[in-house]
Amino acid sequence: MASFWSLWVIVLTSLTIILITWILFANRTRDQNTEGNTTGHVYDGIEEYDNPLPSWWFGMFLLTIVFGVGYLVIYPGLGNYQGLLGWSSIEQHDRAVAKADEKYRDMRDRYLAMPIEEIASDPAVRKMGMRMFSNNCAQCHGADGKGAYGFPNLTDDDWIYGGTPEAIKATLVNGRQAAMPAWGSILGDQGIAETTAYVMSLSGRDVDDSLASAGEKHFQTYCAACHQADGTGNQALGAPNLTNGIWLYGGSAEQIAHTLRAGRNGVMPAFKDTLTEDKIHILTAYVYGLNQ
Amino acid sequence: MKHEAVETNVGLMIVGVIIAISFGTLVELVPLMFLKETNEPIAGLKPLPALELEGRDIYIREGCNTCHSQMIRPLRAETERYGHYSVAGEHVYEHPFLWGSKRTGPDLARVGKRYSDDWHRAHMYNPRDVVPESNMPAFPWLFDKELSGDLTGKKMASLRAVGVPYTDDDIAGAKAAVEGKKEIDALVAYLQQLGTLLQSRR
Repeated sequence: MASFWSLWVIVLTSLTIILITWILFANRTRDQNTEGNTTGHVYDGIEEYDNPLPSWWFGMFLLTIVFGVGYLVIYPGLGNYQGLLGWSSIEQHDRAVAKADEKYRDMRDRYLAMPIEEIASDPAVRKMGMRMFSNNCAQCHGADGKGAYGFPNLTDDDWIYGGTPEAIKATLVNGRQAAMPAWGSILGDQGIAETTAYVMSLSGRDVDDSLASAGEKHFQTYCAACHQADGTGNQALGAPNLTNGIWLYGGSAEQIAHTLRAGRNGVMPAFKDTLTEDKIHILTAYVYGLNQ
Repeated sequence: MKHEAVETNVGLMIVGVIIAISFGTLVELVPLMFLKETNEPIAGLKPLPALELEGRDIYIREGCNTCHSQMIRPLRAETERYGHYSVAGEHVYEHPFLWGSKRTGPDLARVGKRYSDDWHRAHMYNPRDVVPESNMPAFPWLFDKELSGDLTGKKMASLRAVGVPYTDDDIAGAKAAVEGKKEIDALVAYLQQLGTLLQSRR
């Protein structure tokens, strides 16, 4: 704070306190109900005694002034004066954070040094992981980790980007950006219908054979680069397995056709800027343990 | 001064009352208008682009700020959950502030980049689809209504009048930048930039 404004605050605050105290004492009356000691107000011949303030009220008024002065001495309130305690809300926050760090650091360091497979079943890790999961992951993946339309289920064995501890951790740290292109303008309506039929046949469903065999050509041309020739997907590219009957965006003919036509660009946010390494480690263990 | 002099002279009474009640304003509010801490933007802060600005107005129109605050207090319980506490320099281009005073829903000061665009869209269309226990209202009309952009330039010019550094180019290009976009796109764009300038690992 510039010294002018500091002085401004100090002078005005002190002045207010002094003025209030002066008004309190300057208007004080001690005499009780004495003849002639009236406020001077007359209403239809009725006069008003100028009685003293009740002593409890007067005492409490004084107490608030004393409290105010004491507060300004101990806490920062007068411009740049920091107060006897040197207290500030930021410093209090930093102290609370440091205290918590101190308390949990050993435990976190211990877990950080242990492999994820080993700590995934540790009850303490699961408890901490569940709390972090609720705060950071449950909004999309659900409180139980079972996901929702467009947000993967983490409790099954099907992993889009891989279910090894390393892959899960990479997903958490850097996030993921899916890039399924839109094929509508390339395949056309007929092509979409054919490819849809073929994709449905991959998970063993009954489809029109002539449509599916036409679709297989499209699939091998456009889709196999990511989803593999047999449709089992490629975790390195985040291309889902299309043969196991698990569908992120729904497995009906309409939904598959829409995915083909418009593409999909699901995003997993990165947590490297918001969570510390030890917390990501514990969270990884929790997610890894969800389907164990 | 006698009671009578004050109580029988309305003009003097008014002046006296104004003086008596002005001290709080003079001490607590006036210095903030001139302090560096409250007037200087933090590094990297830019005025909201056209689409985000329209998104902010939709945020206000739909009353989001009545249930969501945008103010993380410097308390560990809050910074653990939401991220770095809010600082004055993040809000110098905001007229009015959307700090809010009530959290029926969570604080949104740093919601930017926390969830995907898809999540925000699903959540606005029907919050229960992604958060079953949510009591937030659904906002399906945002997906139908289109922005005309007729007033976007004027809004920027008004903000410039109160000190937000929009350029002439910003104002000239405002209509083109938002015209034909859906309201949901504007709102999501606004939400995705909230609080992203100040990050801390926790």
